[in-house]
Amino acid sequence: MERNLTYVALFAALIAVLGLLPKIDLAAGVPITAQSLGIMLCGTVLGARRGALAVLLFLVLVAVGLPLLSGGRGGLGVFATASVGFLVGFPIAAFVTGWVMERTSLAVGTAAWAASVIGGIGVLYPCGIIGMAVMLDKSLVEASFLAMAFLPGDAVKTVLAGLVTASLAGMRPGTLLSRA
Amino acid sequence: MLTLTSPIETPFHGWQAGVKLGLLCAFTVWLFAAPGLGWLLASLVVVALCYLTGGLGFLRHGMGLFRPLWPFVLVVGIWHGWTGEWAAGAVVIVRLVAALAAANLVTMTTGLAPMIRVVEWLARPLAPVLPPRRLALAIALVIRFVPVLGVHAEQMAMAWRARAVGRARWRILPGLALAAIDEADHVAEALRARGGVG
Repeated sequence: MERNLTYVALFAALIAVLGLLPKIDLAAGVPITAQSLGIMLCGTVLGARRGALAVLLFLVLVAVGLPLLSGGRGGLGVFATASVGFLVGFPIAAFVTGWVMERTSLAVGTAAWAASVIGGIGVLYPCGIIGMAVMLDKSLVEASFLAMAFLPGDAVKTVLAGLVTASLAGMRPGTLLSRA
Repeated sequence: MLTLTSPIETPFHGWQAGVKLGLLCAFTVWLFAAPGLGWLLASLVVVALCYLTGGLGFLRHGMGLFRPLWPFVLVVGIWHGWTGEWAAGAVVIVRLVAALAAANLVTMTTGLAPMIRVVEWLARPLAPVLPPRRLALAIALVIRFVPVLGVHAEQMAMAWRARAVGRARWRILPGLALAAIDEADHVAEALRARGGVG
């Protein structure tokens, strides 16, 4: 019980720290922040239920006014911007990532990458696109066009999620609660 | 850790957090139901006047929190400039600005403790599966461990710089995730040693 609670809390803190890290410049010069990588890791490491709880806890702390989103953003205002769909989609994405991770028998790294693609892109983007369409008063097709700007960065993050999860499994066998 | 609450006192600092959140919900719903640009502009003026109750310094502080919105304003502006639907673009932008300003006003005038009390109150129906004590402990742990993990990240980046050419970039990520896992194990053990989370 204690371990469940501390894993959820520490991974919520990890999402925050990944957002506060300086931007990572990709080879192509595209700057990305690692925050959504944290969402994917919550799913791949903690599994569906605990992963989603960690993300929810993180969002609660953002909502109550802590500047934990990338770029030091926070407070209720972030739920009134066009990125609200992505924020709402974060816990769902973590849940689906974890759910896939728990149910596949692929090697850890491949499974984590595939789960991150399904959860962190396949599930998160529709949520984000719906949010953008509502907030910016655009059609779903137009909003999808705007959301595509984030896709290259997130594609890289799915690979990183796979690599990080595989190295965690290698360094500390048994810590992947999603595979326990 | 710094919060976004403003040190400049306004009349709204004294209001109950729950009341402010309720009003914010109603205001945001109204912004999406408002029949035209005139009403939206009037709503924006009301929010601006609320900011002015804290003086010009408070208003400036509030404006500083608008940075995340500008890229969206730019995108919508360019989009509607391209299609020629200026009025529709103005509605979207004024609605976004008013919604963000109102939400930031609540954040800036409400401390962390009253906000967390509202969260605990809202979570009461979940008490059988998520006891309020456990939720409070989880919140406290996150607030405590964000700076701790931040220090870990900084140390790993410094260690990398001392031994290699160039910045560490993504290479510290496995170490950082491992630090989170190790800290979680230590804290769980410490909690169990003190009687558990109950």
